Parts: sequence; structure tokens; C-alpha cells
Amino acid sequence: MQLARTYRISFLLLLIALLCSWLLNVSSGSVSIPFADVLSILFGKLPKITSWEYIIWDYRVPKAFTSILVGAGLSLSGLLMQTLFRNPLAGPFVLGISSGASLGAALLLMGTSLLTGYTSFAFLSNVSLAIAASIGSFLVLFVVMLVAQRVKDTMALLIIGLMFGSITSAIVSVLAYFSSAEDLQRFIFWSFGSVGNLSTDQLLLLGSIVVVGVLLSVRSIKSLNAFLLGENYAQSLGISLKKSRLIIIIATGLLAGGITAFAGPIAFVGLAVPHLTRQIFDTMEHKVLIPAVMLYGAILMLLCDTLAQLPNSASVLPINAITSLVGAPVVIWILVRKRKMIF
Amino acid sequence: MAKIDENIVSVKNLAIGYNSKTVAKGIDFNLHSGMLCGIVGINGIGKSTLLRTLGGFQPKLSGDILLNNQNLKEFTSSDLSKELSIVLTEQPASKNLTVQELIALGRQPYTNWLGTLTKYDKEQVQASLKAFLLEDLKHRKCHELSDGQLQRVLVARAMAQDTSIILLDEPTTHLDLYHKVQILKMLQELAHNKQRTILFTTHEIELAIQLCDRILILDGKDHPFGDPCTLIEQQHFDRLFPSEMVKFDAKTGTYKVSK
Repeated sequence: MQLARTYRISFLLLLIALLCSWLLNVSSGSVSIPFADVLSILFGKLPKITSWEYIIWDYRVPKAFTSILVGAGLSLSGLLMQTLFRNPLAGPFVLGISSGASLGAALLLMGTSLLTGYTSFAFLSNVSLAIAASIGSFLVLFVVMLVAQRVKDTMALLIIGLMFGSITSAIVSVLAYFSSAEDLQRFIFWSFGSVGNLSTDQLLLLGSIVVVGVLLSVRSIKSLNAFLLGENYAQSLGISLKKSRLIIIIATGLLAGGITAFAGPIAFVGLAVPHLTRQIFDTMEHKVLIPAVMLYGAILMLLCDTLAQLPNSASVLPINAITSLVGAPVVIWILVRKRKMIF
Repeated sequence: MAKIDENIVSVKNLAIGYNSKTVAKGIDFNLHSGMLCGIVGINGIGKSTLLRTLGGFQPKLSGDILLNNQNLKEFTSSDLSKELSIVLTEQPASKNLTVQELIALGRQPYTNWLGTLTKYDKEQVQASLKAFLLEDLKHRKCHELSDGQLQRVLVARAMAQDTSIILLDEPTTHLDLYHKVQILKMLQELAHNKQRTILFTTHEIELAIQLCDRILILDGKDHPFGDPCTLIEQQHFDRLFPSEMVKFDAKTGTYKVSK
């Protein structure tokens, strides 16, 4: 009951870690800029080399903020899924939500030109890509929810999620087979995942989507806590099941779908971060977990993106590969150490 | 709290079941404030269905259910959560909750949109911890508890919900005799001292006879209801099971294996 007090220091440390990893992220990249210069540019002073200012303000800072939005949002959506399905393995990826987003993106990037015969470049903006991916993820999420109401067994649900994953990747393969090389390349690059290349407008749009998702999650704190007891108990506590489920699903769909749309399908963050967070914040209270998970996710994403940049080299690794390389061993380590994922 | 002689739970000619299949019909009983009532009957006769219907989890087929003289249908889910709490056979979904956190969730009907506990809420949680001898365990995680301890926690949560009616589905399953008696005695105390009306389903007929104020026997026909002694006199327990297997001994209030 005196939760807030005990976790105050942990939150403070996490905030400091977030600031540090943000600075680290901003100060590393293909062009080597001394840390002192990075700081002075950030504080609005004129740099020694004018191009540095552009690199920092127009490329690295937006990219760092995208990382924060992506990491925080995906982690939060993972937490929501794990509580809603009361399953430690739930996450945007496992339940097929990200596959749904991929399908939406694939249909838009490769399907439109196939069906209409025109290359879709003219009317294809990143906003329509975001909408298509969100619609895809929402569709899968709703189907999973429908199935969830029939099938009480959560293991069956996870398998169904995996099956959706294979169905969508099959459809994507078929689309890919018939698409032009350019369309295919666009889709492949999207599926590598990337937190760079977002314009300020896109960043603002992504930011608003994440903010709405977070607000809906905060509104759901009470019902999320009640869901920890199971749906029947939640109902007996006066929670309206249909309404709160719907709100949580919309929040997840917005977060996972919106982020996947702009940054591509980024693996493991949604699944792994809630578990990592529970290593430090040993509580199930969502009032604590929501901010903690978001901070954790943001830090992890910033660090992964810093790694993906390969400091001082021009190559950038796909962020999706890095998060999997970091995330998968962590989940294995937790499982081996704790023997079971306690949810 | 209602007056002692007022009906808290009133069930008239109730039929329960699922869409096309009637599980039991013609159920009648009234419970006053502060009464402990056991629901007994063989497997599959509809004990849990009755409890689920009373708790508003599934619709009744026909008849009336009045809680505090108000029709069950007229309760909104948030109003109902202040009148009726439940303890189910299903385990809590997350066992990573501490005992105190789980019991505090019982205060949800009264807390604000964030679920912030007021001083009064915390007092109620403390009272529940104390009543069910859980003060030493309050920081333990639920997955660290024994079955008996966990059952006490779940009942304590229902108590913290501060409702006039508590429904429990087989609260004594999986427990040894000592813990069965312990939980039932605690329920009896809760009913008598705090004037809660408590209904529970059970297979522990012998314990129910000793501890309950009323017993409802679901037998698939006329569902006798009354205080245990009257039911014994009317030989209702004798007819519960086939007599070639077990016989009821009215003197001791126990079942004996037929030889």
C-alpha cells in the first residue's frame, strides 16, 4: 500500500538512465561529433562545423524521440496484452498483432499496384501506410478477441496468434512473388524496422497516437488491476467487462499498430520489457507498472538504436535484428533463472 | 445494514440453467441478515449454476431473485458490486499479487477512477487481514501460499468488499479437514458478528450440518430448505444419496458406508 514511496528511487534512477541513454543515442552516429560539441549544440550554441547542427537537430534528435515513443509504446502494449490475456507470453508479436500490421502494410505497398496496375507511389504517403498497418493490426486483434471469448484456454489463443502469423506471412509471400522489385524492396525495408527517417509531422502524428494510447491505458488502470483476478472477479468488482476490454484493445491496437506502421515490426520489446521491469518493480499494480514499463522500454530502445548505428561507421543494422538479439537471450535468461515466468 | 428479520436474499420459484437446458427449477428460499447457508447436492445438480445465477453471471430462466428487496436485474454492475461479493473456484489469474494487494482489490467498488485507497479503505483491508489471520502473510506473494492460506485470502478479499451478501463456490475443496473447519468457522463468525448473509456450495454435508444456520438441498425435485435439525428430522439427508452406498445416521448427523 505504500507503493509509491518504495519505488520513488527506482523511478528516479530510471529517469536518469533515460537521460543518459538519450544523450548517448544523440551523440553517436555515422558522423563522429565530440560529446562536448553535441552538448553545446543541444544547448543552442553554434557548432564548429555547421552541418553538425543539421545532423543533431534534423536527424538524431527526432530519431531519439522516435526511439522513446516506439520503446515506450510497444512495451506498454505488451503489458496491456499480458494483463488482458493473463498470459506472460502475450505481446504484440505473439498474438499476431504485428503480423496484422505487416499484412496491412504489405497489401498497401505491394497489393495496390498489383490490383490497380499502377505503381502506388503517387498517393502513397507514410500516413496511409500507418493507417493500413493500424487497420491490419486492429483486424487481427479483434479476431483474436473473438476467439478469446470462445476459447477459454489461453494456450490455444497463443497458438491461434501464431497461426495468424503464418497466414499473414504466407499472404505476404504471395504478394511478394507477384510484386515489382521496387514495391518489394519498400516492404522489405519497412519490415527491417527503423526509427530514423521520420519527418517532424510524422513524429508528431506518431506522438499523438502514442499519447492517446497511453491516456486510454491510464484510464484503464483500475480495470487492468481487476483483470489480475480474472474476468469473473473483475465483473464482480463492478468492472464493465465489454467496455474495459474494448478500451484496452483500442489502446493496444493504436500503440502496436501505429508504431509498427511508422517504425516497422520491431520484435521482442513488447514481450520482454514487462518481464524485465518486473525484475525491479516487484508489483502488479498498474499505476506503478505503466510508467515503469514505458521508461524501461524507452531506455532499451535508445540503447538498441545506438547499437544499430554501429558508432562511427556508415552502416546501420536493422533495428529489428538488434532488439531480437538483445531481447531473446534476456527472456531465456529470465526463464532459466526463475524457472517460470510468474505472471 | 438491514434489520435482522428482513430478507436479504429472497428466491422465488427460480429456474436455472442454460438457454435450452433447465438444470433445476422450483427453487425457493429466504435468507435473513447474518445467516450462513450451505447449498448441498450431488455433482451436476446445479449448485454452481445456482450460485452463478445469484451472482448475476448468467441469466435465470424464470422466477424471482431479490437482493435487499430489489430485483437482481435492476442492479447495475457497479451497484451490485457493493451488495454482493464472490469467491470462485477459479484461482486468481495473477498469483504474483501480494496478499495485501489482492485483498485491497476488494475495495475497487468504492475507490476513484485510479483505484486510490483512502484511509477508510486501508482500515477495511487491515480488518480483513486481521479477521482471517493473514497479518503475518500480508507481504507474501499468492504463489507462495498454501491452498488453505490462499482460500483465506480470497474470502478476506470478499469481506473487504464490504457487501451484505457473500457467495462462495466450494470454498473447502482441496483443503484438509482442519482447514475446512477453519474456513467454515471463519465464515460463520463473519456472518454472525458482521451480519453478512453468506451462501456457499459444498460437499461437506456433515460440517454444513454443524455450522450452518440454513441448508438448501438441491435434489432435482423439491429442493428442501431449512435449518439443519429440521431437515434431519424430515429425513431429507437420507434421500440425498442412493442408500445402497451410504446411509445417513440422524443421531450423529454423519454418513456411514452401507455394509
